[in-house]
Amino acid sequence: MARLSARDLTLQYEQRRVIDGLHTEIPEGKVTMIVGANGCGKSTLLRGLSRLLKPAAGTVTLDGKDIHSRPAKELARTLGLLPQHPTAPDGITVRDLVGRGRYPHQGFFRNWSHGDSSPHDLAVRHALEATATTELADRNVDELSGGQRQRVWIAMALAQETEVLLLDEPTTYLDLAHQVEVLDLVTDLNRRRGTTVAIVLHDLNLAARYADHVIAMKDGAVVAEGSGTEVITEELVRTVFGLESRVVPDPVSGTPLIVPIGRHHYPAPHAAQTTKTAVAPEPALEIAS
Amino acid sequence: MSPVVERDTLGRERTVGALNAAKKGPQLYVRAEKKPKHPFNRSWFLGVAVVLLLVASILLGSYTVTVPDFFTIVSAQLTGGEKIPGASFIVMENKLPRAIMGLLIGVAFGLSGALFQTMLRNPLASPDVIGISNGASAAAVLAIVVFGATGATVSAAALLGALAVALLIYLISRGGSARGAAGRTGNAAGNRLVLAGVGIAAALGALVNFLMTRADIRTAAEALIWLNGSLNPATWERIGVLLLALCLLLPLTAGLAKPLRMLELGDDTAAGLGIRVGAARLGLVLTAVALVAVATAAAGPVSFVAFLAGPIARRFTGKPSLPASALTGAVIVLAADYFAYNLAPLLLDGTVLPVGVVTGALGAPFLLWLLATANRKDS
Repeated sequence: MARLSARDLTLQYEQRRVIDGLHTEIPEGKVTMIVGANGCGKSTLLRGLSRLLKPAAGTVTLDGKDIHSRPAKELARTLGLLPQHPTAPDGITVRDLVGRGRYPHQGFFRNWSHGDSSPHDLAVRHALEATATTELADRNVDELSGGQRQRVWIAMALAQETEVLLLDEPTTYLDLAHQVEVLDLVTDLNRRRGTTVAIVLHDLNLAARYADHVIAMKDGAVVAEGSGTEVITEELVRTVFGLESRVVPDPVSGTPLIVPIGRHHYPAPHAAQTTKTAVAPEPALEIAS
Repeated sequence: MSPVVERDTLGRERTVGALNAAKKGPQLYVRAEKKPKHPFNRSWFLGVAVVLLLVASILLGSYTVTVPDFFTIVSAQLTGGEKIPGASFIVMENKLPRAIMGLLIGVAFGLSGALFQTMLRNPLASPDVIGISNGASAAAVLAIVVFGATGATVSAAALLGALAVALLIYLISRGGSARGAAGRTGNAAGNRLVLAGVGIAAALGALVNFLMTRADIRTAAEALIWLNGSLNPATWERIGVLLLALCLLLPLTAGLAKPLRMLELGDDTAAGLGIRVGAARLGLVLTAVALVAVATAAAGPVSFVAFLAGPIARRFTGKPSLPASALTGAVIVLAADYFAYNLAPLLLDGTVLPVGVVTGALGAPFLLWLLATANRKDS
């Protein structure tokens, strides 16, 4: 079942067509990872799904209704988005920033009730708790570390309390520990609230680890979709990234783990269980299987 | 939290509570050290400063009026009672309109500058730097010198001129970004807009100068206010027009303040929060242009008020705030006019300066100070 789906979707910037006649669905209640090489159109697809980019043709539907036919504010109560490069205004506090996630739920007139029991304060408090940023609430966002800042932005998206949440490369510029932390956080959100999540992610291994569903893209088209184990194979990594690799089970999670080969390293003999290796001096050369 | 143990799709078990506890542990050391500032109280302080300056410019100065006299004069004026010879005229036709006009144009310039600077995320992008005030004054001078226009026609011309320049700058900066890739050039577009505006401002300044050389001496004197802003032409009629315009524009600004707060987070984030980015921007630009145009039509381009009000208010209150910017604009105009009208003549053998000369002279060092302290903060 899918809440968010794209049918015959064509997306373009000015005259440059990035995605042409794409069909895909974001399954409900799952974590979907959209992967692909640089410039394959995965971020563009996310922009299309989140109504930042109006389709040149085709439709994006949420619960069967075209997202561009619905009032923007009403849509923002169901469909949330954390873009790749959000900007924090100078001197804004964490609490203020997270509170702005409540905008779609507020009326035209400012909500003056600031009791602890108001639904807005409650949502902000929960968002701060879920992202472990309660301690930071009164600090300025510009004083925070990269990892803390990303958690704060996710808290803002959580305060929006949407059933569907789209994230564009939420782990960019973060070290490995913070990448894992952010993805754990998103998984918590999915498991506890049942939020449908779609993430554009660069790191294939982390995508495979955290995805319930993977959409692999190349040249603006979907080349494979399904569970991580079904989708992420040596064949797919070759097609999508033009990279020779070995895919082994992740010793921690059992999900596919991609080990790239490159030009300067040869697979060790004991690892070559599935392929009889003819050593590849260039990436273009095929490995006989 | 209800579920202690959860099962994910791969059948692994994890204790969520323990995970969170582990996550919270190391964060204790980042507790806030300084108390949050209280911008609310500081905005009140600005309000008090505005009132004090209003009182000072009405009661003090080259002709002093006592408080009881002031109330006698105003009530006499309103009820048609007996006027105090001399004092009535000075208060009702000079001091009071001058102070009220200073307050109103200060608020309008301050708000307009803060709207532009916040929306374009660039402190240089205020209407007096990017040529919108110049558009208003060039159109006004053109109307006076070439078409012999007077009164409301001149104000209408100023409004049209400001709008035309805003449109021109918008088209130039948009044309540039259309050629660029992907259309995701947030700051680059802002910089292009500022550069386009500075160029247009210079061209319009030249146009005004050219028109002044062609005008005869009396029209030139009338058009002179359009070179430096001044509160000398403050009349009740002009105040009425300005007040009417602000009655429309202030509620509009209040309504747009919330979308503006979302736009501060970036266009994409704002769109994700349910803002119609294009419509909100158009509304903000039109409101900000109208604010600067009506103020310019009333008192001429009082330089640097729009540019300075937002940054000074932000320094003072600790965060960007539209009401604080409006009050700061009023403080700047009233203080500068008090100096220009009452103090400068003592220093300059009786020469009364137009207020725009004072704000212009204050503006340059202030700009340098802002730049210097901003750099220190960044490093």
